[in-house]
Amino acid sequence: MLEMVMFYVFATAAVISAVMVVTKKNPVASVFALIITFMSIAGLYAALSAHFLAIIQILVYAGAIMVLFLFVVMLLDLRKDEFFFSTQKSIKILGIAIVCVLLAEIYTISQNIHIPSASGAFAEAYSGPGGNTAAIGRLLFTTYLLPFELTSVLLMVAIIGAVLLSRRR
Amino acid sequence: MTLNHYLVLSGLLFIIGAVGVVIRRNALIIFMSIELMLNSVNLLFVAFSKYLNNLSGQVFVFFVMTVAAAEVVVGLAIIVLIFRNKSTVNVDEINLMKW
Repeated sequence: MLEMVMFYVFATAAVISAVMVVTKKNPVASVFALIITFMSIAGLYAALSAHFLAIIQILVYAGAIMVLFLFVVMLLDLRKDEFFFSTQKSIKILGIAIVCVLLAEIYTISQNIHIPSASGAFAEAYSGPGGNTAAIGRLLFTTYLLPFELTSVLLMVAIIGAVLLSRRR
Repeated sequence: MTLNHYLVLSGLLFIIGAVGVVIRRNALIIFMSIELMLNSVNLLFVAFSKYLNNLSGQVFVFFVMTVAAAEVVVGLAIIVLIFRNKSTVNVDEINLMKW
């Protein structure tokens, strides 16, 4: 019951604010709408008993990444005419076509997919008191050790790239 | 809650992001729409992780978040550079690499 209420509340908030991200003309408003979307998705993670990811979603996405976005939006002196949608007619037709095709795809998939639902094991092992952070950490440092170390290299490359790009020559 | 609820929600968010990439001309909004699409896929990963009783999906979300963070850092640096050179972020006017 609680999960159902959480799902519908957060899903509605996520979809409405996602539409606002795309339709708002002011980029700052878009950034704030996107923050609400990320918060709602964090709530959905919590409803799915993914505690670690719910916190990381708020810390990394709604916190760090969106602050970076907001910073850049306010840094750039954007002219008013750049806030608008594309004026080309072919782009609009393409947008409508994408919506139709993907909606049809979602309908087909949601009608035909049948995944056996979760047994009790997940709830006991990963969603008890204390959360699933320890379980994820164990997985990261055993099965996924190499990808985990590679992400540190990736972040290093990103830092160097950002510094090199923003340096004034 | 069945898996289909999450499938449909994730699909809706992905559609909104994809349409945002297509119809908006502001490079920053396009970038935010890409983040939206990444998040919809993350949501699907977590939903499948729960319903298939397998924690690997949540580890993958962790990796996707890391890649997204790196992408945002470099992408925003590029956007700032473009704005510095051409004083616009309208992607219709940034066609230097079109042939």
